[in-house]
Amino acid sequence: MNFFLTIVLDGLIQASWLFIVALGLTLVFGVLKILNIAHGSFYALGAYIAASAVTMVAAWGFSPGVGFIAMLVSVALIAAAVGLLLERGLLKMFYGRDEVVLLLVTYAVFLIFEDVTKLIWGVNPIYATQPYELFGNLEFAGLYYVGYDLVLIPISAVVGFAIWFGLNRTVIGKIVLAVIHNEEMSVSMGVRVNRVYAIAFAFGVLLAALAGALTAPKISMQPGLSSDVIILSFAIVVIGGLGSVEGAAVGAILVGLARAASVHLMPQAELFMIYLIMAAVLMFRPEGLFKRETARRI
Amino acid sequence: MKKDLHPLAMIALIAGVTLFGRVLPTWTLSLATIAASNALIALGIVVLARTGNVSFGQGLFFAAGGYGVALIANAWGLTDAVAQVIIGAACGGLLGLVVGPLIARYSGIFFGMLTLALSMVFYGALVKSTALGGSDGFNVGRPTLFGLSFTDPREADFMLYAVSVIVTGFAGIGATMLFRSEFGLASLAVRENNLRVEYLGISANRIISINFVIAAIFAGASGAFALMAQRHIDPQFAYWTTSGEFVFIAVLAGNQSVAAVFVASMALELVRSFSNLYLPNTWQLVLGVFLLGVILFLPRGIGSLWIRNRRKRSTSTAKAPLAAQRGATP
Amino acid sequence: MDRSWRAKRAVVAASVVTTSLALATPAPAQETFKLGIVTFLSGPAADSFGVPARNGAQFVIDQLNKGSVPSPYEKVGFGGIKIEPIIIDENGGATKQVQELRNLYQRDNVDVVLGYISSGDCLAVAPIAEELKKMLVLMDCGTPRIFEEAKYNYVFRTAAHATMDNVGLVRYMKAKNIKMETLSAINQDYAWGQDSRADFVAAAQQLYPNVKVQTDLLPKYGAGQYGTEISALVGAGSDVVYSSLWGGDLQAFVLQSAPRGLPKRSQLVFSAADHVLPPLGDKMPDGTIIGARGAYGLMSQKSPLNDWLFKGYEAANGVYPVQAAYRMTQAILGLKAAVEKAMSKNGGKKPSTDELVAAMTGLEWPSPGGLIQMKLADGHQAIQPIAISRTKYNPDLKRVDLVDIQYFAAECVNPPPGVKSIDWIKGGMQGAKCN
Repeated sequence: MNFFLTIVLDGLIQASWLFIVALGLTLVFGVLKILNIAHGSFYALGAYIAASAVTMVAAWGFSPGVGFIAMLVSVALIAAAVGLLLERGLLKMFYGRDEVVLLLVTYAVFLIFEDVTKLIWGVNPIYATQPYELFGNLEFAGLYYVGYDLVLIPISAVVGFAIWFGLNRTVIGKIVLAVIHNEEMSVSMGVRVNRVYAIAFAFGVLLAALAGALTAPKISMQPGLSSDVIILSFAIVVIGGLGSVEGAAVGAILVGLARAASVHLMPQAELFMIYLIMAAVLMFRPEGLFKRETARRI
Repeated sequence: MKKDLHPLAMIALIAGVTLFGRVLPTWTLSLATIAASNALIALGIVVLARTGNVSFGQGLFFAAGGYGVALIANAWGLTDAVAQVIIGAACGGLLGLVVGPLIARYSGIFFGMLTLALSMVFYGALVKSTALGGSDGFNVGRPTLFGLSFTDPREADFMLYAVSVIVTGFAGIGATMLFRSEFGLASLAVRENNLRVEYLGISANRIISINFVIAAIFAGASGAFALMAQRHIDPQFAYWTTSGEFVFIAVLAGNQSVAAVFVASMALELVRSFSNLYLPNTWQLVLGVFLLGVILFLPRGIGSLWIRNRRKRSTSTAKAPLAAQRGATP
Repeated sequence: MDRSWRAKRAVVAASVVTTSLALATPAPAQETFKLGIVTFLSGPAADSFGVPARNGAQFVIDQLNKGSVPSPYEKVGFGGIKIEPIIIDENGGATKQVQELRNLYQRDNVDVVLGYISSGDCLAVAPIAEELKKMLVLMDCGTPRIFEEAKYNYVFRTAAHATMDNVGLVRYMKAKNIKMETLSAINQDYAWGQDSRADFVAAAQQLYPNVKVQTDLLPKYGAGQYGTEISALVGAGSDVVYSSLWGGDLQAFVLQSAPRGLPKRSQLVFSAADHVLPPLGDKMPDGTIIGARGAYGLMSQKSPLNDWLFKGYEAANGVYPVQAAYRMTQAILGLKAAVEKAMSKNGGKKPSTDELVAAMTGLEWPSPGGLIQMKLADGHQAIQPIAISRTKYNPDLKRVDLVDIQYFAAECVNPPPGVKSIDWIKGGMQGAKCN
């Protein structure tokens, strides 16, 4: 029983930050129809900015709690700014073109960001562990868990709920949903689609960066952080359904549990288990587990 | 009607490029060999892209070809370069026959993602297979040609260069003839509107599958070349960033001219090689900016530099008429 | 219309420039010794390994070119010839490194290539150097497979391999009476991790015949996040947790496992951990048994050569030299010894590759880490002494000290010539000369 609980808990801890990342990706795809390969780079960006913020705050002598808040705020602001700049300054130029072209533009952004982070923060691993001790340790099922890891679960639930609420219960959210469902119609109804695009993309970047910031205290920030995150978030978004918030949640939990289970039970399968699930979902329900019926234009 | 290049002229071009290899410095020869093999696989992507589907997982067949050849070479001592290319192509093709019909039903982004997922599944399996060397891969011996073995490094490199240029060149000729054929035109039609193609009595899925198998064959052969050039294979062949580079070359080249694929591939290799020497921490930056530049200023790829397209082309697809209006220059 | 013309002209100009660069033959070499150095300048292995190695190389080469190295290395450069280093990044994967090796030999015309940290890269490049008939000195990678799965004439490794690290660890544990009835392990899933694990488990089974292996994890190289793995290890609660993790992965593992109580539940044993001590500082749990893959850094033995390196490197870089810097030093000094031996045979000229190869085979030379002897693989693979110790944080000096240091002679922890390491261990480590 303990063993089973361990797997569930480990899976949920992983799922929590994966969910936030995947949420950003699915949102961007849903609204802008862009599959953002650079999404992992924003995750890395958030992690690096968080590390710098925490280190600076610690140097000024503030407590780790302040560092935690400072980290979240600074990451949110910078990420949103970067997102807006990218969307207005770069992506806008390619909107008339093939989906694939935009994909390649995001691939170029990924390449550029890889080196920009190296140039700004260097190639050495960076650590920002002060917030990790904020919530103490907890003994559960015979094991010690760091409070910080466990706190991530409710944090991600809150974020998910906030996005869901924002989309489904506020006016702005409904406008965004309208754009997701039928852009042409929205334009003809007078929606400022440009604005929606900019906001959605900025939010997507913000979510990725937030996930990076939240995991920063547990890991070492080093070049190469983004490649694996991208592929994981792709897998989740595909499994859950592109553009679906519930799908991102379910996908994240599935992937988190799959990883936790395979590490404990069958370590050899760990790597390709996730991609196998992704391929299986694509084959049998390509629109994901939470697919929306869309009419097909002839 | 634009004047198309006569097949004999293309053969002359291939012969010329091959002979040019005698004057190239040795390090450029191996670079050019890699460029030729990358061009081959990118050509496959271009062929497939004409049906409107871009494969982001060619690494799957690339690795399948490479590993297939490597295993056979080590097990049976088969080192003949031409034989290895044929085996690589066969491995790729067989796998393509299995996978193709399965994924031909999907389109656009789902097609791309499914190919990506499959290549990553293969990657994951390769990394964990200790029998195949796991994440380190393994080495193979030097290739021979028709029984002749080359001990002088320069001659060995030239032999490989020649074989890769000739094979890729002939693949290019084959592709050009394919593009001009009925089948090639039908592929374009599938991209425009596959439902209409079905109404006309042609199976769109079949067309996509056949194109897919062709792309897989090219990718498998390219895997064999990469193996022969590096004498080493590892799971990185199947990783998504490797597949991404091939798509990069295909995009850079555009779908206008087959020769553009070779030029694009060589350009990429040169940029990569030199930026590693002079700007070690910034070569990805250079590559990214390069890619953006090409997408912005040469939207139809490098090929548009010398192919003047007199026919009026409708570039926007039926899927995004609104986006086309929004994307129009202010 | 205008824009596309300009773009076309730009592209044509760019292609002309690149083609002419491609065809440009490099300038003829003056009388310098061109040394290609390959080490991680980016990626997870850069900070802890690649950069110290590069700093070590720069320090040693500067000193050599000035003639400021203590005896027996007083000659300037290599036998009077100045050394010209060309340093490139090992990052990017084995297939890329193969191409870069060719570039170094054929485009940049280096005389010798020295370097390679990743076992995967070493395995890939060694056959290429052999084919090109050019000299390659592997200086860091640890997998025993290099010379146990193939024979080379042109390839050398100037440092001992993973067998030494793991046999040394187990001997230390036995000498200090560390309890090990149950054992868990976590290693990266590639040649280094797999071979280290195999060697450690085999050696443990020799010296602790009743040991039981519980949790055996092989996460991907570069994984960086070990939450689930740590749950499994803590849950197993073994006496000993062994790991050959290194670089950024090891740092992440320590940072993530310490708050979860792993060091309290199990004795941590790390085969190659000295390089994470400076960055981790007080985050490194006290009492961890570590090796440095040699008698290096804070475990190094006093000698004029060691003082020269330790103090000089620290003055130049602000931190004491860790294992990678030592291994780079012993590689360069070994090459110097080989060059000067070849020159004494050929009358003082710059030696050819074959003369160098002959000189280096079976060579012995003193280094800051002890005497290096090329005794294995027909004179191509080195053996050297090793030191194992425990960590203890020193709050006054604000650094991790190493205590309970024990040294093991080269022939105590390295296999003898002619037998595969894993067979030697499993056969009871016959012929080991320990005092």
